[in-house]
Amino acid sequence: MDLETFWFCLIAVLWAGYFVLEGFDFGVGMLLPVVSRTDEERGTLLKTIGPVWDGNEVWLIVAGGATFAAFPAWYATMFSGFYVALLLVLVCLIVRVCSFEWRTKSESPRWRAAWTWANTIGSLGAALIWGIGLSALLHGTPIDSDGEFAGGLSDLFSPYTLVAGVAVVLLFAFHGATFLTLRVTGELAERAARTTRRLALPAAAATAVAIAWTVVVAMDRNDKELFPSALPAGLGIAALALGVAFVFTGRTGRAFAMTALATISFVATLFVGLYPRVMVSSPSFENSLTVDGAASSHYALTVMSVVAVIFVPIVLLYQGWTYWVFRKRVAGERVEPAQPV
Amino acid sequence: MTLALTTVDLARLQFATTTLYHFLFVPLTLGLAPLVAIMQTLWYRGRGEHWLRLARFFGTLMLINFAIGVATGLVQEFQFGMNWSIYSEFVGDVFGAPLAIEGLAAFMLESTFLGLWIFGWDRLTKRLHLATIWLFALGTWLSAYFIIVANSWMQRPVGSDVVDDGQRAELTDVWALLSNRLAVWAYAHVILVGLTTAAAVVFGVACWHLVRRRNESLFLPAAKLALIVGVPVSALNLGVGSYLGEVITGYQPMKIAATEALWETEQPASFSLFQIGGFTEDDPEPAFDIEIPYLLSILATGSLNGEVQGINPLQAQAEDEFGAGIYIPPVRTTYWSMRIMAYAGSLVFLILAVGALFYRRRSLATKPWFLWVGVATIPLPYISALAGWVLTEVGRQPWIVYGLLKTAEANSPSVSTRMIVLSLGVFALLYGALAIVDVILMRRYARLDPPEVGGDGDEFAVPAVSY
Repeated sequence: MDLETFWFCLIAVLWAGYFVLEGFDFGVGMLLPVVSRTDEERGTLLKTIGPVWDGNEVWLIVAGGATFAAFPAWYATMFSGFYVALLLVLVCLIVRVCSFEWRTKSESPRWRAAWTWANTIGSLGAALIWGIGLSALLHGTPIDSDGEFAGGLSDLFSPYTLVAGVAVVLLFAFHGATFLTLRVTGELAERAARTTRRLALPAAAATAVAIAWTVVVAMDRNDKELFPSALPAGLGIAALALGVAFVFTGRTGRAFAMTALATISFVATLFVGLYPRVMVSSPSFENSLTVDGAASSHYALTVMSVVAVIFVPIVLLYQGWTYWVFRKRVAGERVEPAQPV
Repeated sequence: MTLALTTVDLARLQFATTTLYHFLFVPLTLGLAPLVAIMQTLWYRGRGEHWLRLARFFGTLMLINFAIGVATGLVQEFQFGMNWSIYSEFVGDVFGAPLAIEGLAAFMLESTFLGLWIFGWDRLTKRLHLATIWLFALGTWLSAYFIIVANSWMQRPVGSDVVDDGQRAELTDVWALLSNRLAVWAYAHVILVGLTTAAAVVFGVACWHLVRRRNESLFLPAAKLALIVGVPVSALNLGVGSYLGEVITGYQPMKIAATEALWETEQPASFSLFQIGGFTEDDPEPAFDIEIPYLLSILATGSLNGEVQGINPLQAQAEDEFGAGIYIPPVRTTYWSMRIMAYAGSLVFLILAVGALFYRRRSLATKPWFLWVGVATIPLPYISALAGWVLTEVGRQPWIVYGLLKTAEANSPSVSTRMIVLSLGVFALLYGALAIVDVILMRRYARLDPPEVGGDGDEFAVPAVSY
C-alpha cells in the first residue's frame, strides 16, 4: 500500500472511530427527553458519557487535522465548500459542550431544561449534518477545474444524502440506546431497553437502506464496481440484522457490539465507495479530487506515518483503559451542587 | 464603512475575533493545570487537607475554562479550511503536520486524562489519580508546543521548500520545523505567560477571599503558592519576551521597525515609551514623545550601540526582493499592542513582587487596599497576552506566511462576503453569550467557600462535574 492510500485508510479509521465513540454520546444526548423523566435521571444519563465524551470528540479533531496535513487540497475544498454546513456543526458542537458543563450550574428548572434541550438538539443536529456531509462527498458536488468548490449549500442535499443523514441520526440513537442499557440501572435501564426495542427496527431499516444506496451511488456516480464496497455493506447489513435479533432476545452487550459494527461498516462502505477519489465532482466528474492529486508530499506523509504508527496504539490503549476504569454502571445517586454565596 | 470591507478583511476580522477569544482560555489552562497538579501533589505528600480542597476548588475553575477552550479550539481547526482555502492548500504539507500531531499526541492525552481526573476520584488509587492530573498538564504543554511550532513556521518558514510554481510549500526537514529557533523562544514565552496568568488568577481569587477574612487557612497558602510561582515566572517572562523580540528582529526586522514606529534607521536607537503622532509615512515625527536613549538598541539587538533598521529602508529592500507593494504592517496597532503587552506584563510582575514582600512581612492579609489591587490584577495578564498576539500576527502583515504568501491572496475564492458576514455574526453572538455566562460562572465559583472534605474526599461536591 502506498502512503497516500494508507492515509486515506487512516482518515477513514478516524471517522469510523469518531462515529462509533461520539455516536453513542450523540445517541445519549438525543434520548435525554425520551429515556429520562426527572432532572436527576438526566444527570445520571449524562454521567454515563461524562468521563469520555471529550476524549471521543478529539477523534474528530484528529480526523480534521489529518485531512489538513495529508490531503490539503481535500481539506481546503471540502471545508470552504461545505461552509454553512460546517458552521452549523460548529454551533451544534459548541452549544453541546456548554450544555455538559453548565446544565447543573443553576437550580432553575428552566435553565436546566434549556441546556438539556441544547444537548439533545446539538447532538441530533451534528449527527444529521455529518451524515449528509460525508455522503455528499460520494454523491458529488460541483467542483471547478482548479479544484475549487463551485456550488452552494443546496448541492449537499439529494434524496440519497438526506436518507444517509436520517440514517446516521437513527443509527446513533439506536447505538446510544444499546449503550445506555449497559450503563444504567433500575427503572432507567428498563426504559432504555424499551427505547432500544422501539428504535431497533426503524434504525436498522433506515441504515440498511442508506448502506445499500451508498453502494449504488458509488457505482452510479463514482465509476465503481459492486465489489469491494459490497463487502463492508454486507457486513453492515448483517450486523444490523444481528443487532435487532440480539435486542429482542435481550442480549444487550452483543447488541451494542453490533450497533458499533454497523456504524463502522457504514463509514467503511462510504470510504471504500469513495476511493480512489476523496471528493466526487458532479456534474463535471473529471474535476473530482483524487487521493493522489490531493495528497501531501511523500516526505510529509512519511513523517506523519511514523507519528501515527507510534501514537495510535498508545491512544487506543489509554482510551480503552478509561472505559475499563468506568465500566461500573452509573447508579442514580445525586451530588448536590454547591450553593453560591 | 461596512460595505467597504472586502472578503479578506472580513475573514481576517473573523480570524482575529475567534483566535483572540480562544486565547482567553488557553493561558489559564496552561498555567492552572500544573498549579492544580502541584496542589494535589502537596496533599498527596501529606502537607495537609487544605491542599486537596484547593486542588478541587481551582480544578473546578480550570474545567469551566477548559470546556470553552475546547469548543472554541474546534472553530480554529475548521476555520483554516473554511475561510482560508488557498492558504490551507499552500501550507497543508508543512503546517498541517504539527496540527495533526497535536491532535493525536497531545490533545487526546489532555481530554482523556482530564475525564479520568474529574470522574476518577473514587475509581483510581490516589497515586494513579495524581498521575492523571500531571498527564493532563503534560498534554496541555505538548499541545501548546505543536501549535507554536505551526505558528512559528508562518513567522519564519524553515524546513520547507516552495514547489509547484509557488502553489504550495513542502516539508523537507521536520527537525528544522520542530526546532525552529523562533518556535523555541515563542514556546517558552507562551508557557511563562500561562503560568503568570494562572498565578495572577490564583492570587487574585485568594485576595478576594482574604479581604473578606474568609477561609484564611486555605487562601493564605494559595496566595503563597501563587507568589512562589508567579514572581520568578513573571520576571523571567519579561526577560524571555524581550529576548524573543531580539530573535524576531533577526527574522522580521520590519515587524520591529513598525512596532517602534521607527521610520528611518537609527544607531543607537532610543525606545519610545509613549508618543502622539508619528504613525504614518506622511507624519513620521511624533508631535509628542517620551524616549529612553539606547533602550531600543538593547532590546532589539542586545547591544548598547546596535543599529535598528527603519521602516523606509526596509520597505525599499522588500520592494527589491518581492516586487512593488506595501510591506509595512499597521504601525499604530503594532506600536500600541507592544506597549500594552509590555506595560501590563510588567505591572503583573510588580504587583506580585509587592505581594511577596507583604507576604514575607506577614502583613498581606491585613492590607485591604492591596488585596483589592490583587483582585484587580486578574485581567492584566489576559490583556497582555491578547495584545501580544495582536503584535505577533498584525506585525507579520502583509504576509500570512512570512515572505512566501500574502494574506490578501490566501482566502477562500468560493466563499462569498455574505457567507463570512453570516458566520462572523453567528460567532459574535454565540461567543458573546458564552463569554457572559462564563464570566458569571467563574465569578460565582471563585467566590464559593471551598467545601470541607472528609477522609478521601469522596463526598466532596465537585460542582463542574455533577451532571
